[in-house]
Amino acid sequence: MASTAIPRLTATAPSSGPIQQVTVTVNDVPFTMQVEPRTLLVHFLRDSLGLTGTHIGCDTTHCGACTVLVDDTPVKSCTVLAVQANGRKVRTVEGLEANGKLHPVQEGFTVEHGLQCGFCTPGMMMTSVALLARNPNPSEEEIRRAISGNLCRCTGYMNIVKAIQHAAQAQSGASGGKP
Amino acid sequence: MIPPKFDYYAPGTLDEAIGLLERHQGEAKVLAGGQSLLPLMKLRLAEPKALIDINRIPKLAYIREEGEQLRIGAATKINALNDSEVIRTHYPLFSDAGMHIADPLVRNMGTVGGNVCHGDPGNDLPACMLASGASFVVRGPSGERALAAKEFYRDTFVTALEPSEILTEVRLPKYRAGDGGAYLKMERKVGDFAIAAVAARLRSDAKGTIAEAGIALTNAGPTAILAVKAGERLANRAGTDADFLDSGRLAAEAAQPTSDLRGPAEFKKAVIQTLTQRTLQRAWERAKGRS
Repeated sequence: MASTAIPRLTATAPSSGPIQQVTVTVNDVPFTMQVEPRTLLVHFLRDSLGLTGTHIGCDTTHCGACTVLVDDTPVKSCTVLAVQANGRKVRTVEGLEANGKLHPVQEGFTVEHGLQCGFCTPGMMMTSVALLARNPNPSEEEIRRAISGNLCRCTGYMNIVKAIQHAAQAQSGASGGKP
Repeated sequence: MIPPKFDYYAPGTLDEAIGLLERHQGEAKVLAGGQSLLPLMKLRLAEPKALIDINRIPKLAYIREEGEQLRIGAATKINALNDSEVIRTHYPLFSDAGMHIADPLVRNMGTVGGNVCHGDPGNDLPACMLASGASFVVRGPSGERALAAKEFYRDTFVTALEPSEILTEVRLPKYRAGDGGAYLKMERKVGDFAIAAVAARLRSDAKGTIAEAGIALTNAGPTAILAVKAGERLANRAGTDADFLDSGRLAAEAAQPTSDLRGPAEFKKAVIQTLTQRTLQRAWERAKGRS
């Protein structure tokens, strides 16, 4: 949850070169921090803000474990600079739960067992949230295409697809997705 | 991995951005989507002293038909290209290609201009631009100039763009009834660079024969390659399977693939021949469907 984010100033070590000030609204809370331009958004979130729910997997723009929403658009935060997020809104997995209640996507991953080791799960869920915001009732093919930038090495994706379908149904109250 | 140190600028106007590039005398890079540049910097394959982020410059992202051209702003995201109705209906080779660039998350950041300017022969849009007869509008300290796509690609990662110039717009000949295009890509896995890919754009005349054909290849040499003879072979042809077979052979001859982890060169040539035939068939079906 956003309120548990504890700002730490580890990114402002004096030997770290040119420093720029950024203000990023993370999970509805604005943070103004000093960062090196080369600080990646994922390190800003994890190391400066302590939001370790966003995972670093491959670090090479392949796996999608680091997916967060920037202005509601899912991106790989290992390949975005913190300075690029200046003035923008970021949502991480910590910002999905609201008022002590899991987000329908989190519910879906729980109920449908959409994970085994859980490493890809934060990124997978952020991509799912963005998909359902854009397309509340996606077909299985649309789901599979949407998560094609998020790799899971455990599940074979079956239960992840089911989890997203579960969330779609819960959100829309509809009886079923498109075939 | 963290990139090496650099200075970061986020100018609000193109003139400011060009001024910054000039001031850094070839030591600065333009940051558009960053999906190729930042990984290269992490690996120390690129170590620019400064990044000029053009994403705060307004009016660089658009897709619109104007006069006899389709104009695409350089900062247009790949996914905006894929979402565009006009692209899907009238310039389908671009949505064919756009849907196969990396993955949906990368496409949310990656831009048309970045893909065009990076100069990697594995990028998908350069071949589409060559096949379509595109031109690129670039701005620098001494003003604006337009460059034909076929004059733009010099070598791997080397383009005709001067160090202080920025690509601002891509221009394509406007769609006419009887135009058809397609892009087919063979890849080892979703999101990979192509083993090889082929872009084709056909323009038919009133008699229903091919008036003009552009064919270009991705990842088949040091740059994207315009297969000139393969295109010329189709002029005034009826678009039979035999025509496309001939053209496919000529496209394979124009290719200069190297053997690498995506396969031996001879295999890639065979892939290009077959892909060219299939791409032309699809483009021609689309052309006929609308003429």
